Amino acid sequence: MDGNPQDHVLSYSKLALVLAALIGLTSITVMVSRIDLGILNIWIAILIASLKSSLVLMFFMHLKYESRLVRISVVGTIFCLAILIGFIFWDISFR
Amino acid sequence: MTTSTDKQGVKLGMWLFLYTEIMLFGGLFVLYAAYYTRYTEDFIAGGKVLDLWMGALNTVILLSSSFTVAAAITAVRREGKKAALVLLGISIFFGLLFLFNKYIEWGHKIAAGIYPGSSTLEAAGYGRSMFFGLYYVITGLHGLHIVIGMTLLGVSVGFILAGRVDARRFALLENAGLYWHLVDLIWIFIFPLFYLIL
Repeated sequence: MDGNPQDHVLSYSKLALVLAALIGLTSITVMVSRIDLGILNIWIAILIASLKSSLVLMFFMHLKYESRLVRISVVGTIFCLAILIGFIFWDISFR
Repeated sequence: MTTSTDKQGVKLGMWLFLYTEIMLFGGLFVLYAAYYTRYTEDFIAGGKVLDLWMGALNTVILLSSSFTVAAAITAVRREGKKAALVLLGISIFFGLLFLFNKYIEWGHKIAAGIYPGSSTLEAAGYGRSMFFGLYYVITGLHGLHIVIGMTLLGVSVGFILAGRVDARRFALLENAGLYWHLVDLIWIFIFPLFYLIL
């Protein structure tokens, strides 16, 4: 996005579109969870939750239009969380 | 003397606080995942006890409240004071509705003898106790965040009424909104972990 991030205002229609997508993804995740796909169920649920959270972060939390500093620090936090999760599972799977 | 605010700084400060919240809930989710791998059968059986439709309803309520909060910021920035107040009022109402559903849900579980340290859970084994222990801790902590979020939204309503939040100064409302969206974000992960596991 060009220009000053402070000046960007999200329109009502765009916000409503994001809400519709979020509710759509919620119904998909509920429907998929009723079908037994074994281990795939968990991965699909996590994938859809990640998609939904990206939508919330990007639009509701305005991240798409924030300064580079904020965006990099969000990615940094997710990276730290990934290290936490990754190393703990590394530990549990080789016990 | 003139005062100036560092708008970027105000926002970055809020984000830094949100990162600590992400790590707090992230740690609890890791705990959940670690016990899930160990007591998979118990966790799946526990998840079946939870009411999927109640969880789905609360998800839709929280997502809608996030929309109304984001729309309130748009309204304030377009000088629509009245619209912003109505939208924030709806958001707080959604928060109350969420807590009411949670109260019903917890009430049913406790009436059925499912609560930390209950004899029913002790008889069901360690894995089942772990699942419901995590359920109460994580949804309880999340509920506390809802209460704090509603308070922050209420403060924003007061500031708008007092004319201290308007189209030029809206950092407080924006940060209250960020907090509310984070609470929504955490629920997006709580929902599949507890309600959707087969």
